[in-house]
Amino acid sequence: MSTDVTRTSGYRQLEESITMAPLERLGTDELDQELLTLNMGPHHPATHGVLRLLVTLDGEVVRDLKPIIGYVHTGIEKTAEDKSYWKVIPVVERMDYLAYYFNAYAFCGATETLLEVEVPPRAQYLRVIHMELNRIMSHLVWLGTSALDLGAISMFWYCFRERELILDLFEQSSGQRMHTRYIQVGGVAEDIPRGFEQKVREFTAVMPGRADQYKDLLANNEIVLQRLRGVCPLAEEELLKLGVTGPLLRAAGNPWDMRKATPYCSYDHFDFKIPVGTEGDNWDRFAVRVAEIYESVKIIDQALDGLPEGPWITDDRKVALPPRHELATSMEALIHHFKLVTEGFRVPPGEVYFPIESPRGELACFVRSDGSSKPARVHMRDPSFVNLQATAPMTEGSYIADLIATLAMLDPILGGIDR
Amino acid sequence: MPDAVGLELLAEELREADGESVLDTLYFRDKGVLIVNPVTIRATLERLRGKGFDALMSVHGVDYYPEEPRLGVHYELLDMGALDRLTVKLRVPLGNPVVPSVTPDWPTANHQEREIYDMFGVIFEGHPDLRRILMPEDYEGHPQRRDFPIGGEPVLFTIDESDGKAYTK
Repeated sequence: MSTDVTRTSGYRQLEESITMAPLERLGTDELDQELLTLNMGPHHPATHGVLRLLVTLDGEVVRDLKPIIGYVHTGIEKTAEDKSYWKVIPVVERMDYLAYYFNAYAFCGATETLLEVEVPPRAQYLRVIHMELNRIMSHLVWLGTSALDLGAISMFWYCFRERELILDLFEQSSGQRMHTRYIQVGGVAEDIPRGFEQKVREFTAVMPGRADQYKDLLANNEIVLQRLRGVCPLAEEELLKLGVTGPLLRAAGNPWDMRKATPYCSYDHFDFKIPVGTEGDNWDRFAVRVAEIYESVKIIDQALDGLPEGPWITDDRKVALPPRHELATSMEALIHHFKLVTEGFRVPPGEVYFPIESPRGELACFVRSDGSSKPARVHMRDPSFVNLQATAPMTEGSYIADLIATLAMLDPILGGIDR
Repeated sequence: MPDAVGLELLAEELREADGESVLDTLYFRDKGVLIVNPVTIRATLERLRGKGFDALMSVHGVDYYPEEPRLGVHYELLDMGALDRLTVKLRVPLGNPVVPSVTPDWPTANHQEREIYDMFGVIFEGHPDLRRILMPEDYEGHPQRRDFPIGGEPVLFTIDESDGKAYTK
């Protein structure tokens, strides 16, 4: 009786006529499989910016991947050639927008090398304090957004809570929360205000505990472990061939960190460790960055303990502005002030490559001076730009879901890639 | 860091292997620079890899306008064991800006050579995928050249297409 009803139903007839044979054949006979080319991005929440990935998929498996970049190229390097040296600082800060102290320091360091200017010890310590705060801030943004990519939204709010504390500190010392222009050629813009040291100590007291909480939340979470452990590893030799540096290289067991290897900016005064991984998989990349937060806190505490007294910027009047009070009494100071503000300082001709350890690896600034007050060429060797080349070898043969996790652990900043 | 004497010894060794390779040396701000013949760049970098400089950290372009040969390519080498850095520079004329690509030997140079091609118009012979990387594919000119003006380049806005203009200034 019931069979009569279904027989007369056209829909049921259609449904019964569908055969699953072609679908079942997929996955058994490789020759029948079709590759699917898919655009991921440029507007995709998991690409951390405007990155487009041309992914060739074999079912759910990534067979090939091509990053396509340039969507936020703003010609910062070209703009810098048209500005006097001290006006370049705010422009280069906007390249890697999560590591602005590092961008500014790479440029100022290159210029100082050309000028052969001594940076006073207090300025060096203040730079270290701010750069390490910046490193923690950058890692917090990475941790929050990466957890978001893995499906955990609350981590994002927790990480941004601590990031706010750091941005408040930046605001206190420089007046700006982002792109602070605090580091100057020859030192820093201003001495730290009263109460800043106490605020930083309050932060360093609270940060390790919070990092413990994050580790407890994530490191024992089954989903996080399944998404990260053993996923998309790449061996140390491959990474070196691709020029990958920073936490990605350290996760594969190579302890290369320029703060230890070739110390700059008084980093040899501080006692800290270089976290390294063993497998070079996503889990190690995660663990290395989280461990770096603790080391940065240690450096900040030591820098505050040993903060030397003295000037915070060089007293070379050809490079740094004279103190405000001198302008009322000294004609010479007035002339220097006028020359610096209008023309800027002239830099001896030459070419310098100045590498530092940014949160993402070797960040270097190449400056060519032709003797005038404007740089003839400014080039940033941005770690994200070089590290991005490792995406394809890391993810080939893995699932597309693991591609998302790997991209998160790669931590590319598109502002730095496109410049 | 190799000192000035060490740099000369290194240059002498390279010259012994190939008399044409090293054109000049320069010691500037505590860092050694080798200025090499563009044709020999691949062999020179391979010999330097044998000397311990096994990591290529950066490749970048420079425009020496108005001097000739105008375009320069710089290679930043790093020896992680001896904590040494060395810069290798070469220059090619604007009329024939051809440099052998080092990407087959150093995969890291892939993106960076593409950037130099995009920004300066240096052609890397033997590069597996020499396309523009930051500028749009149909872009004309090489914006990082010193004689390329800042601002004033045509920008496509869709709103102007109705007026019959494809580009506005």
